[in-house]
Amino acid sequence: MAVAGVEERITGKVARKRPFWTMERRDSLAGYLFIAPQLAGIIVFVLIPLGLVFWYSMHEWNVLAARFNFVGSKNYEQLLADTALLEVLGATGIFSAGLVVFNLSLALLLAVLLDQKLKGITVYRTLFFSPVVVSLIAWTIVWRFLLQNNGGINSILLLAGIEGPNWLRDPTTAMISVIVVQVFKNVGLNMVLFLAALQGVPRELYEAARVDGAPRFKQFRRITLPMISPTILLTSIITIVGSLQVFAQIAVLTQGGPGMSTTVLVYYLYQQAFQFHRFGYGSTLSILLFVIVAVLTFVQWQMRRRLVFYER
Amino acid sequence: MRGELSPGAKVAIYGLMSVLLIPFVFPTWWMITSSVKPISDIFAFPPDLIPRRVDFSTYAQVFELQPFARQYWNSAYIAAVVTAGTMLFSSMAGYAFARIRFPFANALFMVVLLGLLIPSEVTIVPLFQMFLAWDMINTHWPLILVPIFGAPSVFATFVMRQFFIALPAELEEAARVDGLGRFKIFWTIALPLARPALAAVGIFTFLHSWNLYLEPIVFLSSPEMFTLPQALTQYTDAYGGAMWNIQLAAATLTAVPVLIVFIIAQKQFVEGLAHTGLKG
Repeated sequence: MAVAGVEERITGKVARKRPFWTMERRDSLAGYLFIAPQLAGIIVFVLIPLGLVFWYSMHEWNVLAARFNFVGSKNYEQLLADTALLEVLGATGIFSAGLVVFNLSLALLLAVLLDQKLKGITVYRTLFFSPVVVSLIAWTIVWRFLLQNNGGINSILLLAGIEGPNWLRDPTTAMISVIVVQVFKNVGLNMVLFLAALQGVPRELYEAARVDGAPRFKQFRRITLPMISPTILLTSIITIVGSLQVFAQIAVLTQGGPGMSTTVLVYYLYQQAFQFHRFGYGSTLSILLFVIVAVLTFVQWQMRRRLVFYER
Repeated sequence: MRGELSPGAKVAIYGLMSVLLIPFVFPTWWMITSSVKPISDIFAFPPDLIPRRVDFSTYAQVFELQPFARQYWNSAYIAAVVTAGTMLFSSMAGYAFARIRFPFANALFMVVLLGLLIPSEVTIVPLFQMFLAWDMINTHWPLILVPIFGAPSVFATFVMRQFFIALPAELEEAARVDGLGRFKIFWTIALPLARPALAAVGIFTFLHSWNLYLEPIVFLSSPEMFTLPQALTQYTDAYGGAMWNIQLAAATLTAVPVLIVFIIAQKQFVEGLAHTGLKG
């Protein structure tokens, strides 16, 4: 009895002495503290605004007239009836598709060229990459200057005896211009990612193909492309989602014109909300933009399963 | 694809690359040279690749027409604060998601990743209303708080997490046995090892802040609060026509310092970006 009592007392003491702050608990607390700033930021600056934008989209809201009335789905009905929006979505589609195709193919071409064993190749790599670090608006202003009717590009064309178009004043050439300016600005990023991917392809694969006498083009299609497919998918996701956010270039080069030919969705959203002070309809357009980004991202992640041949 | 090339193939590749280089390099050259041309020479035909007359008064006018030094400072300090803040908070969050086990870690990571789906453009209307309610319109707070804590920081957190996941656990084990706290381990062991990833995150964040355009034009209204991208577009005459040489001088002042830093540190820049987390 006495012995048991002592034992009880001892174990009781030990149990009581076991600290509340165990290693696991301290770790959990540390984890929460570490993520707290970021998590709070996402809640305050992303999730709450997303809820608000949805709430606003159900209101007719004119700041100048100080009106904020609940109208339910009216803005969404307007969205479906908005003929200008069709043009905007068309322009957005052409812009994004043109940008992705031109950006990825140029990036891949440059990466393949830079992947050769040649003297001075780093100088070329640096120069191709340099527009990425040039201030976006500075870059766009120079191009606007170059694309003037009497600007640098038409002067050079004229020296060759060609009369160039008024690039930014014709719907077709204006769209081509905004795409091209944006591609030259940022293609260096994708180029570098492709270059890293190309350099990660095991040399033995090419050697085996060469022994079999496969021509270079076939090696590229059968070995290189499948091996770098994860990078192609990643860059295409980044580029497409990025293309939907393009605003500054449009604002500086064309202001969405001529007509509505280069008014992409973000620019239209900005006009409706901050130029025409229609915050309710602007919010509805924000929801549309959100849905498009979400669907595109989802589709691309699904494609990953089917198309990506090889994963690290 | 890197077999030995014949001399003919080498010449062809050099030639092709040099032609392709023109649209990447010529605009910067044209910006710098046109910025010192008198306005009468700006649209001269045939165009002068090298200015025939040099007029530096355009640079004086950049500062006379707008509080350009102040605007330069605004952009520089905002970018510095945003870069430092993002590097700190995103690496902390990235570290916790990668290395610390705590309840709901995965679910909370998914919540953070939502930021990738919801770019700031989607939420610009409510963000404007929120900062209006907080009396922060025409201050720099929106341009600092949203990038550090909001959607733009998620990419940084993701890159840092990818880096810390790949870090061998043994590096931390010894310190844990010695009873070092989590923050100390993070600060003295993990973070110094993360330098390449931090450099990439820092470069990206700096460029993002330096180039921000939609947010400043939505949140700022007085010239002495403007940032550079916004200021550059303001060099117009009474009719709204661009004062080209002055605008290009301001553009040169904005672009060239970053370009010089890049050329000095290009190896870290390019390889840092290529070899961190981004690889997929």
